[in-house]
Amino acid sequence: MRISTVGYSAKQGIKNIGRNKMFSIASIATMSACIFMFGLFFSLIMNFNFILKNVESNVGITVFFDEGLDQGTIDIIGQEISNRTDVKSCTYVSADEAWESFSERYFEGYEDAAEGFKNNQDNPLANSAHYEVYVNEIEDQNDLVSFIEGLDGVRSVNQSQEATKTLTTINQLVTIVSLVIIIILLIVSVFLISNTVSMGITIRREEIAIMKYIGATNAFVRLPFMLEGIIIGVIGAIIPLVVLYFLYQKAVTYMLTRFTVLTDFMNGLLPVEQVFIWLLPIGIILGMGIGFIGSTVTVRKHLKV
Amino acid sequence: MITLDHVSKSYEKGHPALDNISLHIDKGEFVFVVGASGSGKSTFIKLLLKELDPTKGTITVNGNVLNKLPRRKIPKYRRGLGVVFQDFRLLKDRNVYENVAFAQRVIERPTSVLKKNVPEVLTLVGLADKYKSLPKELSGGEQQRVALARALVNRPDILLADEPTGNLDPRNSVEIMKLLEEINARGTTVVVVTHNREIVNAMKKRVVRLRKGVIISDEKEGVYVED
Repeated sequence: MRISTVGYSAKQGIKNIGRNKMFSIASIATMSACIFMFGLFFSLIMNFNFILKNVESNVGITVFFDEGLDQGTIDIIGQEISNRTDVKSCTYVSADEAWESFSERYFEGYEDAAEGFKNNQDNPLANSAHYEVYVNEIEDQNDLVSFIEGLDGVRSVNQSQEATKTLTTINQLVTIVSLVIIIILLIVSVFLISNTVSMGITIRREEIAIMKYIGATNAFVRLPFMLEGIIIGVIGAIIPLVVLYFLYQKAVTYMLTRFTVLTDFMNGLLPVEQVFIWLLPIGIILGMGIGFIGSTVTVRKHLKV
Repeated sequence: MITLDHVSKSYEKGHPALDNISLHIDKGEFVFVVGASGSGKSTFIKLLLKELDPTKGTITVNGNVLNKLPRRKIPKYRRGLGVVFQDFRLLKDRNVYENVAFAQRVIERPTSVLKKNVPEVLTLVGLADKYKSLPKELSGGEQQRVALARALVNRPDILLADEPTGNLDPRNSVEIMKLLEEINARGTTVVVVTHNREIVNAMKKRVVRLRKGVIISDEKEGVYVED
């Protein structure tokens, strides 16, 4: 196909959008609604994952050692844990640090009482030196616990079984639910676009018939419609994405001021740039794809003359 | 150029639209195919356009055996034909120039060639000064001339005209016929399907008469008399 033919088809595609204003507006509105919903879910899912990851990173495991274990062996244990790829961090907390943190938390304002404990029996948490270990992915935590339990010199490993299980389940659930919702949205949007394109083609059936009588190939007839579909798709994607960009910024500001828990314990919400670095290209490609598939499938049905 | 060899076409119900027709049209001929409604004229033109396939027999046009022509080759085959319809079939949202240029776009002529050919053919049909008009701004006769220009711009070997004067007054009908004659004089084979008796009888060309799907007469310089 000649470049001039592609140029001509592109021009025709653009002109068609203007010629069939009502149809174009309907298609763009449909596409916008679909991409808006998609973007909304996408932002929610990204933020949910972000919050979940933050919560996950706060669910650690504590490794206690056998009584009287020498520092050399403790260091080796620490080394072996840190060497694993699933470990995010492994911090040593000595018995003194453990007592300090305990007394800061529970004897605030009664420092004398805390000192009294210590004077009588040295450090009440003498055997509480430990490692605090955090994993990269919460799903790996059980494996890691079994590994550490098998190490020589380890007395016990504490982990919050419930928290781990709940977070893992929530994580899987969110992934499945979001996938299902996105797939349903995509199917619905292809169907809606195909329907609107179908309406547009019915109006132009005569035009298609004339093209075919003159000797136009299927590709020649199809090309302007396909390009029109892609252009409608891109416009239908850009509009909701711009709206979402500003809405998202407003929503994040509102949520963070209204629900301080989000900033205090969960590192807040994702900034708009971090969401849109993904959402923008995905949204536009999706719009183009839906427009392309919707128009191609529909034109194919109407080409038999 | 065009040969129909024992061609029949039946639809699902009733009498066959064409019944065992044999006909040969030479290069450069001007032929009227006439008959009342239901005689099989429309089916005849649809078969030549490869819009329909015959139930029996073979049709050969320009060396193409239409029965054996694969779907993907239909566009190329149709480019060798110029077609004019009773209802003009112009693209309503494009002006005269664009309607004619469209036929050249379809066969992927470069824009430079198109800029030369389109004004030429518009001059031939007498519409050079109306190239910017939309179809709705033209009279019936002018619209049919645009359709003719579109049919001619690719210099087809054969021009098929399906009731070209059906929507025109007598004066415009005569003008269209004069144009068709002129086109024929340049070497294009012209086949006109019509039931316009006055026009046929005035032109003194070959006349093939159809009745109920059968050829009842085929005469050089023939006339179209009452069935």
